[in-house]
Amino acid sequence: MHMADALLSPAVGGTMWAVTAGITAYSAKKLKDSPDDSRVPLMGVLGAFIFAAQMINFSIPVTGSSGHLGGGMILAILLGPYAAFLVLASVLIVQALFFADGGILALGCNIFNMAFFPCFFAYPFIYRKIAGQNPTYKKILIGTTLSAVIALQLGAFSVVIETMASGISELPFNTFVLLMQPIHLAIGIVEGFVTAAVVSFVWKERPEVLEASSNDMPLQRGLPLKKVLAGFVVAALFTGGILSWFASSYPDGLEWSMARTAGVEELEAPEGGAHGFLAGLQEKLAFLPDYGFRQSGTVTLERPDTETRWPAVDPGTTVSGFVGGGLTLLLAGAAGLLLSRTAGRCK
Amino acid sequence: MAKKLDINFNELVSCSTAASGSSLVHRLDPRAKWLVTLAFAVTATSFGKYEIARLMPLFFYPFAMIALSGVAVADVLRRTALAAPFILLAGLFNPFFDRHVLISLWGFPLTGGWVSFLSITLRSVLVVSSVVLLSLTTRSDRLFSGLGELGVPSIFVVQLQFLNRYILLLAGEVQRIVRAHSLRSGSRRNSVSLFLSGSMLGILLLKSMDRAARVHWAMLARGFDGEVRTACPLKFSWQRDGAFVLIWVAFFGAVRFIDIPFLLFGWAVGK
Repeated sequence: MHMADALLSPAVGGTMWAVTAGITAYSAKKLKDSPDDSRVPLMGVLGAFIFAAQMINFSIPVTGSSGHLGGGMILAILLGPYAAFLVLASVLIVQALFFADGGILALGCNIFNMAFFPCFFAYPFIYRKIAGQNPTYKKILIGTTLSAVIALQLGAFSVVIETMASGISELPFNTFVLLMQPIHLAIGIVEGFVTAAVVSFVWKERPEVLEASSNDMPLQRGLPLKKVLAGFVVAALFTGGILSWFASSYPDGLEWSMARTAGVEELEAPEGGAHGFLAGLQEKLAFLPDYGFRQSGTVTLERPDTETRWPAVDPGTTVSGFVGGGLTLLLAGAAGLLLSRTAGRCK
Repeated sequence: MAKKLDINFNELVSCSTAASGSSLVHRLDPRAKWLVTLAFAVTATSFGKYEIARLMPLFFYPFAMIALSGVAVADVLRRTALAAPFILLAGLFNPFFDRHVLISLWGFPLTGGWVSFLSITLRSVLVVSSVVLLSLTTRSDRLFSGLGELGVPSIFVVQLQFLNRYILLLAGEVQRIVRAHSLRSGSRRNSVSLFLSGSMLGILLLKSMDRAARVHWAMLARGFDGEVRTACPLKFSWQRDGAFVLIWVAFFGAVRFIDIPFLLFGWAVGK
């Protein structure tokens, strides 16, 4: 489910960075307030456990294919939501940095899609309700499977929304949803079964581990949700606003894709609201007129017809693109070689 | 399965070897490298989806970093190639859904889908190679300390440091478990059944938790109070690190707002 940088617009990537940074800071604060520092090495080792566990491929019955553990639900069950979120985020950062899994701009999206839903939705609202107190094999199996399936479905849908909002991929919304959701339903069921097997094993061998974690750091009642949400909204608007000013000429991919594939007119951009505000901001601030929104009398977005929506391409521009691009690449390579020789001489 | 384990192992080990170099780029403050890598990712992804020529000047960044750091080109290429499935999958659907003919090349119609596929692939290669260069030129402890200095909560930085230290250790544990399974399971040695995987992962988990407990006792015995202190704290030099950030951000800004390939073309044809 890792997203790559190339399919993201800076506005979407930056907004999700802001959201994820907010959740990370909030989780870190919650953990810091807890007096128990034995969790620190446990978190580090369990992060490494997720890495190591992903190396064990198990065969999936009937299909003939194989899979590996995702790990989100196991961490949430063993560590509670805040610590599990930080561990999953750290695993995703190390994967992005050292294994080229997912990108650096996409980190915010990837952490949100793969860590937020299991830790802050599936674990407190599904698993704990079903198997939190007095677990049995049956409760663990139902709890883990249901929460793994729902967390993965939400994560997969989030991938679709983020990709569509970025507007780089041409995959139509309906096709993308129909591609992502069933695949992740299957993955979720398998993930749920394996998680249930591991949790049941731990429960049988060391029941005190599960008891300790189920009594520890549940999502607190009376959480200042309004303040947290307001913080996220401000951070997201700020980042999204700044980055969409810097972004490409196709910031509105969802609307554009929908209109092209299904002719769904009701997805026309609203005149007011955040969208209109950002559009207006971009219109006022854009350096290059051809990278801005098209002008119309008001601040509303006005899309031209499909025929005129394509970039104006004439043979002259094409030739200049090819020759200019090639020349630039050559120049960049030559400059690199020159630098390499200079650096070699300096040593 | 054993082969995949070996590849992952080797990647981590070779990365830490390359990152312990002493070139100008290796010596830079990790904060400066983080900021420049992020600025690069934002710049590369900010171009329109049909842009190809205007992405070319950005190749100067990985070229220059390879030249200045002395990192082996083969290492950068091999690690970038690890992301090839992601890179190719990212834009693979575009040619099927965007069949609008954009340009005609010597009578061969080139659709928007193929142009955007090429653009997505190029920007993927750019961004992935910049992240690869970041990890190959910065020791992981400095890389994560840099994040802490940029304002990332200390508990999260400690988590990253711990994770990084334990990966190789636990990967070794998995290697032993997998080898024991392979030696006893004949023709089914390459895959573990779903039910057996529960016990295998469970044993690995309990061993990991025991290790965490031992580590915690050892840390407490040495006065651990929740913070990991380093002997040589990071120092941001404005002359070196500040200049590095300013020069690259100015270059990325110029590439983003000035059509360099078009200007070069004009210069080449004498207009």
